[in-house]
Amino acid sequence: MSAQPQRVAEAEPANAAPARVLGGVILAVENVSLSFGGVNALSDVSFDVREHEVRAIIGPNGAGKSSMLNVMNGFYQPQRGVIRFRGHAYHGMKPHAAAAMGMGRTFQNIALFRGMTVLDNIMAGRSLKMRRNFFLQLLRWGPALREETEHRRAVEEIIDFLEIQHIRRTPVGRLPYGLQKRVELARALAMEPSVLLLDEPMAGMNIEEKQDMCRFVLEVNEHYGTTIVLIEHDMGVVMDISDRVVVLDYGRKIADGTPDEVRSDQAVIDAYLGVTHS
Amino acid sequence: MAAEAAALDTFPKLLLHHAAVRGERPAIREKDLGIWQTWSWKQFADEVRVLACGLAEQGLKRGDHMALVGDNRPRLYAAMCAAQCLGAVPVPLYQDAVAAEMAFPIQNAQVAHALAEDQEQVDKLLEILTRCPSLEHIYFDDPRGLRKYAQPQLTSYERLREIGAAAYRRDPAFLETEIAKGSGEDPAAMFFTSGTTATPKGVVLTHHALIDRARAAAEMEGLGDEDVALAYLPPAWIGQNIFSYAQPLVTGYCICCPESAETVITDMREIGPTYYFAPPRVLEALLTQVSIRMEDAGRAKRAMYRHFMGLARRVGGAILDGRRVGALERLRYWLGDLFVYGPLRNALGMSRVRVAYTAGEAIGPDLFRFYRSIGINLKQLYGSTETSVFVCVQPNGQVKPDTVGPPVRGVELKFTPQRELLIRSPGLFREYYKNPQATAEAKDRDGWFHTGDAGYFDPDGHLKIIDRVKDVGKLADGTLFAPKYLENKLKFFPYVKEAVAFGNGRDRVCAFISIDMDAVGNWAERRKLAYTGYVDLASRDEVYELIGKCVEQVNADLAADAELAGSQIHRFLILHKELEADDEELTRTRKVRRGFIAEKYAPLVAALYGGERSVHVEAQVRYEDGRTASVKADLKIRDAKTFAPQAARRAA
Repeated sequence: MSAQPQRVAEAEPANAAPARVLGGVILAVENVSLSFGGVNALSDVSFDVREHEVRAIIGPNGAGKSSMLNVMNGFYQPQRGVIRFRGHAYHGMKPHAAAAMGMGRTFQNIALFRGMTVLDNIMAGRSLKMRRNFFLQLLRWGPALREETEHRRAVEEIIDFLEIQHIRRTPVGRLPYGLQKRVELARALAMEPSVLLLDEPMAGMNIEEKQDMCRFVLEVNEHYGTTIVLIEHDMGVVMDISDRVVVLDYGRKIADGTPDEVRSDQAVIDAYLGVTHS
Repeated sequence: MAAEAAALDTFPKLLLHHAAVRGERPAIREKDLGIWQTWSWKQFADEVRVLACGLAEQGLKRGDHMALVGDNRPRLYAAMCAAQCLGAVPVPLYQDAVAAEMAFPIQNAQVAHALAEDQEQVDKLLEILTRCPSLEHIYFDDPRGLRKYAQPQLTSYERLREIGAAAYRRDPAFLETEIAKGSGEDPAAMFFTSGTTATPKGVVLTHHALIDRARAAAEMEGLGDEDVALAYLPPAWIGQNIFSYAQPLVTGYCICCPESAETVITDMREIGPTYYFAPPRVLEALLTQVSIRMEDAGRAKRAMYRHFMGLARRVGGAILDGRRVGALERLRYWLGDLFVYGPLRNALGMSRVRVAYTAGEAIGPDLFRFYRSIGINLKQLYGSTETSVFVCVQPNGQVKPDTVGPPVRGVELKFTPQRELLIRSPGLFREYYKNPQATAEAKDRDGWFHTGDAGYFDPDGHLKIIDRVKDVGKLADGTLFAPKYLENKLKFFPYVKEAVAFGNGRDRVCAFISIDMDAVGNWAERRKLAYTGYVDLASRDEVYELIGKCVEQVNADLAADAELAGSQIHRFLILHKELEADDEELTRTRKVRRGFIAEKYAPLVAALYGGERSVHVEAQVRYEDGRTASVKADLKIRDAKTFAPQAARRAA
């Protein structure tokens, strides 16, 4: 198991061109607190995400990572604090509004339409971009047909990008888990998000699938310039592909910085390995 | 026409000819973003021109070698022709080879220029760069993932085209002169043999050899520019090169490149090729799929399938061969065609196939008859890299499952006293590159090529191949032992993926068997037999019983054959893993490397002959990316029932 996660880093030649230029802060989390009844899922968490970067959120089980992501795209409403997207503060934002602003996401437990084909699932990801009215689309006529052709082209490019041509017409429910994860990423990409939130994109995958997924995530980041926020458990993966890492433990932020800084942080080591309470 | 043919003695000249006479007809198609994109002959020729000029600017010269690594893509074939325009020799390499396997051909041929399809192939070439200092230029087709690569050797295909387009504008006459300088006797391509026994050998084939053989077979089958073929096998394999490069350039037919290796079946259904080639293993995989799907079908459909397939077995072949069949049977066959054979051909993507070939290894008689019985004109041919493929082809209407047909026009055949087949043909290779010793061993002074295959002519003058001369051996008591023959008989069962027979110089025959995961897995599922994976499934008593029955069936068949009755299989074991080319147990063309396996699994062979009931094994497996891991298992050994020879009954 341990032999390979380094591969992504190794594949880059020593004399690689300089990394992509990071932009300003695109998404900021300010003093967010979230509780369910008496349980504090998040307590006063703040961090920011810069444009074009790969930002990882890590932490032990129950640290509040998924809750954080759910707050970021408006699925949960925090009791305190704000989410600032491109400088605007949002209170009580709904997920569809977040999507319309260019925030795409995938889920820890795959959320695809299982009975529909891969193609239809990805096309569904384009629905926000469809401009023609319902009846024209129903008739598949004139401008609606032209529009559908454009969308199909965009979808086909994503299919090519993620190398899933062979399952284009396969119902999602019949696919193995690793491919379903890839289809979910494809659907999130279809809305051409500027920020992509990935909830454990590599959970439950074997090494080869993880390598593929790492490659795709980095490619998305490079090729489309998409800002990526991901939650991941595999430390090898996180340290390899992220620019900056924020660490949560029991709903609090305990560290924030580059992979190297976080790796050597005593609070992080304690959180992961445990401390002896004497 | 004859004068014209004489003038068109190289592939680049043929290309320009097609661009002139059928410029708007499709030359090559590729599925891109889910839509078939067509390159006409004119477009293809333009692409080749630009590319050739680019390569010339980069320093590719007459006599140089250029490596091509990738799947079937129009750009790969364009590069092949571009290199030939300049008098350079393309060297296609297997795209699934690991990096280390690519080093030898590149060193051997002093390759300075290479075209790689994508990041995967570029990575492999960069990995062996230190061992291959001759490699100066690597061109890549698909830029994905390569943006950060800054090695000075790398040039994108687009950039190469730009360089070429500028050069072509400056001096359009340059290329015409270069093409005119080429002659039929120049080497056209070099193919590395898979190296079953030793280091690979580069087989040098001239334009004349390839064009002559491509034309002889095309004329025999009446191929024309209306035909369509699917290019889906490795371009480094001579057969693929003949079907998707030499023959299209001779006849002007169109080839189609599938979207990816996984989409071949869908793509084939969309294209509907008229000319088709498949090695037996592909045909077998297709049949296995059909059988599995039929077993999962409803009862009425299953009954209909069984009924009409029974009819097809009786009369289908005869109808295809144009022999006499009763009117009632014809009517029933017509009904079968309407309900079963037609839809089945359509599902296989073979509705329009006029000519289909199979070769490379022996094909099971049942498998062969299956395709012919449903109206697909599947025929066998015999040939190798050294002979530019076409030596023998079964003519329409004279197809027998156990022969490969009479010699094609221009081929002379004879046998040595050891029954080794010798060939003289215009399609013979010129030499093994930089290996005069091997050349002299394979091709004698009178120009006869020693194939190493043992065989004979049947009463109708059709060639029958039984085994490799060197593999034909004897048991301790002097009984004839043809391992390949036994292995093939075993492999004709859907449950057996590979088999390896031992017995030379021993008192009896024993065998390794590796199961077919799809077929046995499905069989187990239907019997509600739970298993965790390959190793577990392969070690089940139920599976041993299933395979034991197959072995006994083979023994019963052998008992009926006077010559081979003594070589019945006495004991067998089921291997804990599939035999893999990555573990060097199979060649890249998936032929069993018997000697290597006997050495690698020596304890298993010893246990087979030692009479033990089980044996412990620990083996290294190598993954596709070159990493290794070890697998441990306890393998059971079973005895198989053997039969008394039935000398009186003749084999059917």
